[in-house]
Amino acid sequence: MIEWAVITENLPEYAAGLWLTLQLTVISLAAGLLLAIPLAVLRTSGAAFVSRGVWAYTYFFRGTPMLVQLLLVYYGLGQFEWVQARWAEGNSLWLVFRDPYGCALVTFALNTCAYTTEILAGALRATPHGEIEAAQACGMSRLTMIRRILVPGALRRALPAYSNEAIFMLHGTAIASTITLVDLTGAARNAYSQHFAPFEAFIFAGLIYMCVTFALVGLFRLAERRWLGHLQARKSRQARA
Amino acid sequence: MTQLSVEDLHKRYGDHEVLKGVSLATEAGDVVSIIGSSGSGKSTFLRCINFLEQPDAGRITVAGEEIRLVPDRNGHLKVADARQLQRLRTRLAMVFQHFNLWAHMTVLENVTEAPLHVLGLSRAEARERAEAYLEKVGIAQFMDSYPAHLSGGQQQRVAIARALAMEPAVLLFDEPTSALDPELVGEVLKVMRGLAEEGRTMVVVTHEMGFAREVSSKVMFLHQGLAEEYGPPAEVFGNTRSERLRQFLSGNLK
Repeated sequence: MIEWAVITENLPEYAAGLWLTLQLTVISLAAGLLLAIPLAVLRTSGAAFVSRGVWAYTYFFRGTPMLVQLLLVYYGLGQFEWVQARWAEGNSLWLVFRDPYGCALVTFALNTCAYTTEILAGALRATPHGEIEAAQACGMSRLTMIRRILVPGALRRALPAYSNEAIFMLHGTAIASTITLVDLTGAARNAYSQHFAPFEAFIFAGLIYMCVTFALVGLFRLAERRWLGHLQARKSRQARA
Repeated sequence: MTQLSVEDLHKRYGDHEVLKGVSLATEAGDVVSIIGSSGSGKSTFLRCINFLEQPDAGRITVAGEEIRLVPDRNGHLKVADARQLQRLRTRLAMVFQHFNLWAHMTVLENVTEAPLHVLGLSRAEARERAEAYLEKVGIAQFMDSYPAHLSGGQQQRVAIARALAMEPAVLLFDEPTSALDPELVGEVLKVMRGLAEEGRTMVVVTHEMGFAREVSSKVMFLHQGLAEEYGPPAEVFGNTRSERLRQFLSGNLK
């Protein structure tokens, strides 16, 4: 029999967990995307040295599990005396890495940034050459062209692939529960250990993840309608004159 | 006044010399048609004028200002000052064979983009200009559409409005009707005829012999990287000296 008490008694904890999950997802996605735009431009720049540098970063973060990255940041950094010395000084930049919340945010942001950089770099490479020539021919500087033509076009083309990345990220934040954070998965674990009813505890968390996923999908569908209008069939039948 | 002068332009790809010293000068109001079979170097010549291709030798002067060139490590010419090139490119607007509109922008945004972000016009001025030129090419009713939702002929007219909005000294046309369905060629040629009649200075690479004959003030026939014939259309077409041009024309005017 389903033990409803597992869910009802822990509702406030589930709500708090959901709130943390949403924070981790939204903040890391936003920071990752902002950082990914310049990195993707550098990744596709002609300078081999710069491009290889960015590639090394994305290769590391895409080549290792996010759980390993999180454990490295949360447990690994504290092993170094130099870092401990910064903590002793009260250096606020480094204190971020003593706080599990800070560690999770930094790791998740760097991880999603790596994937987003490659998604955007692919979209940048797919810029039609004619659009670049048109920009050059009217006297646009390189910077203006990046800002006005390349990046806006690439962001739009990247939207469908990026919506997958956002959903992976939402689900990926579940591993925050391994470093003492009580996110949605953490709340489910606590409910399970209190009641020893794992099915109820985890299926409820799963259902909440599913609802958030559908909300995300809906948001991206709205975004695609707004920004990918130029790639869609016309809605109304205009006269072609 | 000479709007554009090109002197002794050379261009090679590896061992293949595409342009072997081509010169051209346009006074204000001139319409120069460049004709020739494919591979004759006519598109390359046009693209060298605004440095979409790097010429290997030659001098280019736009509205009295010469583009400063210096040799690079390999002895090819390169532009000495990128800013000067950008400034002179705003005086040379180009219309491409494949339109090359910016796909993520509406028609209006395509036309206001460079006036706003290159010339530094205010939003109101840029919009006013764009509306006037879209009106002129007969596309004003599609201002808020995306390029992909227009026919080829309409897209090319938007591209012409985009070029006009720069109010350039010279308009460069690179085979503007070659990518169009036959029934759409006429609407674009009509717009170009109108521009010629207004006295705009134009250099047009084209396969449309009717346009070259009736609209241009000068015709250049390029063959194997050299200007075989260059003169008023009546002379070039009416009194053809070059045997190759005769062959080319008989192939074109079946």
